[in-house]
Order: sequence, then C-alpha cells, then structure tokens
Amino acid sequence: MGTDGSIPMAIDYLAKMGRETVSDAAQLLFAMDHYGISSGPNALALQAKARKFAHEQGIRLFDVGDGIGHQLLIEEGIAAPGRLVVGADSHATSYGALNCFGTGIGSSDLAGVMFCGQLWLEVPKTIHVHLTGRLPPGVSAKDVALVLARRMGADGANYMALEFGGPGVATMDMDDRIVLSNMAVEIGAKAGIFPFDAVLEDWMQHIGVGDYVPIAADEGAHAARVVEVDLSSLTPQIALPHRVDNVTDLDDQPFTPVDVVYLGTCTGGRMRDYEEALEVITKAGHLSDRVQVVVTPASGQIYSEMKRIGMLDQFRAFGARIELPGCGACCGTCGTIPSNGQKIISSANRNFRGRMGNAAAEIYLASSISCAHAAVRGGFGKRA
Amino acid sequence: MTDTLASGSARVLGDDINTDYIVPSHRKKETIDPDILRAFLFEDIAPGFYDAMEAETILVAGTNFGCGSAMEVAVTVLQAAGVKAVIAKSFSRTFRRNALNNGLLLCQANAMCLEDGDEIAVKLQYGALFVQSSRCKPVAAGGMPDFMLNMLSHGGLMSYLMAKGGFE
Repeated sequence: MGTDGSIPMAIDYLAKMGRETVSDAAQLLFAMDHYGISSGPNALALQAKARKFAHEQGIRLFDVGDGIGHQLLIEEGIAAPGRLVVGADSHATSYGALNCFGTGIGSSDLAGVMFCGQLWLEVPKTIHVHLTGRLPPGVSAKDVALVLARRMGADGANYMALEFGGPGVATMDMDDRIVLSNMAVEIGAKAGIFPFDAVLEDWMQHIGVGDYVPIAADEGAHAARVVEVDLSSLTPQIALPHRVDNVTDLDDQPFTPVDVVYLGTCTGGRMRDYEEALEVITKAGHLSDRVQVVVTPASGQIYSEMKRIGMLDQFRAFGARIELPGCGACCGTCGTIPSNGQKIISSANRNFRGRMGNAAAEIYLASSISCAHAAVRGGFGKRA
Repeated sequence: MTDTLASGSARVLGDDINTDYIVPSHRKKETIDPDILRAFLFEDIAPGFYDAMEAETILVAGTNFGCGSAMEVAVTVLQAAGVKAVIAKSFSRTFRRNALNNGLLLCQANAMCLEDGDEIAVKLQYGALFVQSSRCKPVAAGGMPDFMLNMLSHGGLMSYLMAKGGFE
C-alpha cells in the first residue's frame, strides 16, 4: 500500500532504477489519504503525480475522501490472516489486528516492491503482551495503548513484534484490536499481531473474505519479554505534550481547558469511537462553547454508515464539524490546523511538537470517550 | 586494515528525535526535493540548525533516533544537508530501513561523550564499526549483518536491486 505521502518519492526511486512500470500492479494499492482540498497546490501536484501513475499502471486507487489507506485495506479484506502486508506509512502495523504481519516501509522499499515484488526483512524478536480481565466502563483500547507506551516507553519494543494474547483478547472487538496494533509502532514495534479467534473469524465472514490461512506462534515459542496487562485495573490515560509516552492518569491532571477536540485518524476514527463519543455528548446534551469539535471519519464506509444511522446529523446538531474521510489534521497536511497557543485533545496517535502543522500548539492524546468528555466540559482533568 | 566510512563535525541531539522533528510533515507536502527541504531541518526543535551546519556533519543522538512517521525525506534531507553518518544509541526501525536503503551510514553506539563541533570519524576495522574522536576513547559500535553491509557497499537498495535484479 502506498499513499500520496509516500508514492511520489517511490516513483522517483523507480525511475532512478531505470523503470517506469511496476512488476505486478495487482499486488499494489494506492490511497490518496494524506492530502486533501486544503493542502495547497504543491501537495495536490504530488498527489496528481501518484494518481496519474496509478491510472497508467492499472493500480487500484482509492481517491481523496475514500479514507485512510490502512482502514481501507482492512475493510477490503486485503489485510487478512496469515498474510504479509506492507504499507508505505508507519501505521501499517494496524493490520496485525487481522492476524496478519503488517509493517511500515518507506518510499524506497515501496519502489523495490514495484521493481521486483520483493523486499528485505529481518525476523524480529517477540514481546508477548498478555491481556487478562475486561476493560471497565469508560476505559477503552486507546487507554491500553497509552498504558503500554507509559510502561514501555517510545522505544520499548524497538524492532520487535508484539504478540497479543491471553483471555483478555476475547473481550476486545475488532475496532479495539486495530487501535492496539496501530499504536504498536508508537513503542517502536515492527508489528502488533493478534491471534485468530472467533471474533476475527466473524469479521472475515462479515466482509466476505474466506481465502486466508491463520497463523499462530509455535508451541513453546520463546518470547524476549512478557508484559502483563490486567484490563480491569485500567483507568483513562492521557499523553501530555510532546511525547506519546508522556502518559499519566487523566483524572490526576489539574483542569486544563482545550480549544479543539479532534475525533478521527487511523487510531480513533472508527464506528466504535464515534458511538462512544456521541453517547457521552448526548448524555450531556451539549458541547462546551469554547471548543471546536472536529470529526474526520477514517473511511468513506464509516462516513456513510454514520450518515445512514443519523450520527453525522447528531454530531452536526451539537455543533461539531464534519470533515472528509482521510488522515485529516493528524499530521498537519490537510484539515483543521490548530492556531498558535491552542490546546488540542485528540483521538490520534502522535503528539510531537508541530505534528498537526503548528509547533506553537499543544497536542494531548486520549481515548475518544475522554475526548468527548473534554468536548462537553471544555477541558479535561480535575477542577480545583 | 581500517577504513574511514565517514568523517565530519559532530552535532549532538537528544533521545527520541522523531522524523517530524527532522523535517515536519507539513513541509514535505510542499515538495519532496531534499535540496529545498534541508532549510527546514530540525526547525521545530532547533531553529537555524541548517544554517549553522558544517558541510560535513555527523549527527550524534541518544535512543530511538528517527521514530514516528516512515517518511523517507527524513533521510534524504539529512543527506542533502551534508550529514555523512548518524551515530545513535538506537534507531527506530523504519528510519533505519530508509537510511540503509539510501546508503546513509548508521552507527549504533553510545557516543554521548562527544560535543558539538568535535571532529569525528566512523571507521571500520575487521568488520566492526567504531567512532574515533579527539575527545573520547574509540567507541565501539554494534555490528551490522552482512546483507546490510553488502547493500551499503552498493550504495543502497536502488543500486543493489539494479545490480541483482531482486533478492536471492
């Protein structure tokens, strides 16, 4: 999978290798997800270069507004159990939720795949993440991901594969699992793989894909490390600026007003996120006057479903702004760029300084539920 | 026999230097030309970095260098700015791949004894890398699999694939 962020450079690499054509177009999928109508003429020119190449080469293309490549690969059943799927974007680890080895590559690797259909990989060591218990109400998979970042650090799993297991896995639906696989890269992991089970089998049946062979670790396979997580003991977490592993208990924070609440991305832009957020907002009956709430669904399918069941109208009625599916403002390439001094609480995956396109803004990461509470209260944390 | 793989003036950075800090994503959407993007090198954490750089620079960093986005301009911008090698306690996976694919020398070592402006060299002796400087004793670096040294000796993935047609 390539995106408008990574394809233009890959085309240049391919040309440097003296090639203008790809070895197997059927092996490739392009998603125009990073750039959109607000990205400006230069970004749109790069996007046009990727689009033209896809048309010439007969590569399947998802265009602007169709959604984020990672989500599309999952919805289309391309990320299926037992497969090796690479994406020229770091959050390709998301596919691990589907019992698939998904990992991120750069543009040169994408060019290599276009050149000969192959790439080099090192076999990673494994960290077993053993999940027990069940998440309490108000706590979600995003909090688990933030706890892992808090406990292990931004490089705690560098170059290693996370294998999720234990009885807690069965309590998590596919949307939960995608969040954990997606955020695996935020602790440096090469992949974040879930086992094949009844929940995944139902999902594959639901999307109508049966052509796959699940994988499981060998009996007694060695793990470099075992990390135990008791889901039932977790509380809402928040990553403070400007590090993903700068995580603390949300409720221990002093009340902090926010200006923007961002609900979207390949981490927090799925049905489950919006259902949970809307439940919080509906219960309160209003949004805070001081916040802008931005909703950027991860895919067109999610957008359509939200529209069909009236969720988009409900969000709009509360005063939220709905943006076109895609990466949106996550990395500052389109969508709502925060202004100077603003504080943003976001369901996304990264809060590096400047990440959303303005180094003078502060980004806080939390679950969609916690973001929704902040949207209602105009901020997060304990009031003095 | 000792080969000097890279030499230059040291610039010391901290831990967890992510690719957005190397060059912000929103700059990359304007152009992927590294000769233009190099002006924005580290702009959000060290404004003016590029202007103050020596023509041949070796970056020295802590853990997890290149974490975050897999964007490859984070490597090509360093090369265009005159970075000859990056020495770090550890590298993030996608950055390491991209660097090796582009023929940028990485050296995994704790060289935090170094200071800005130190003249340093990354050398290879009997298959092992080490960092030489006037300030500290030679710092031994982690090894590199033969496949990677081979790809680096070709100048990166592109030349490697052109020469071989694919992977064996």
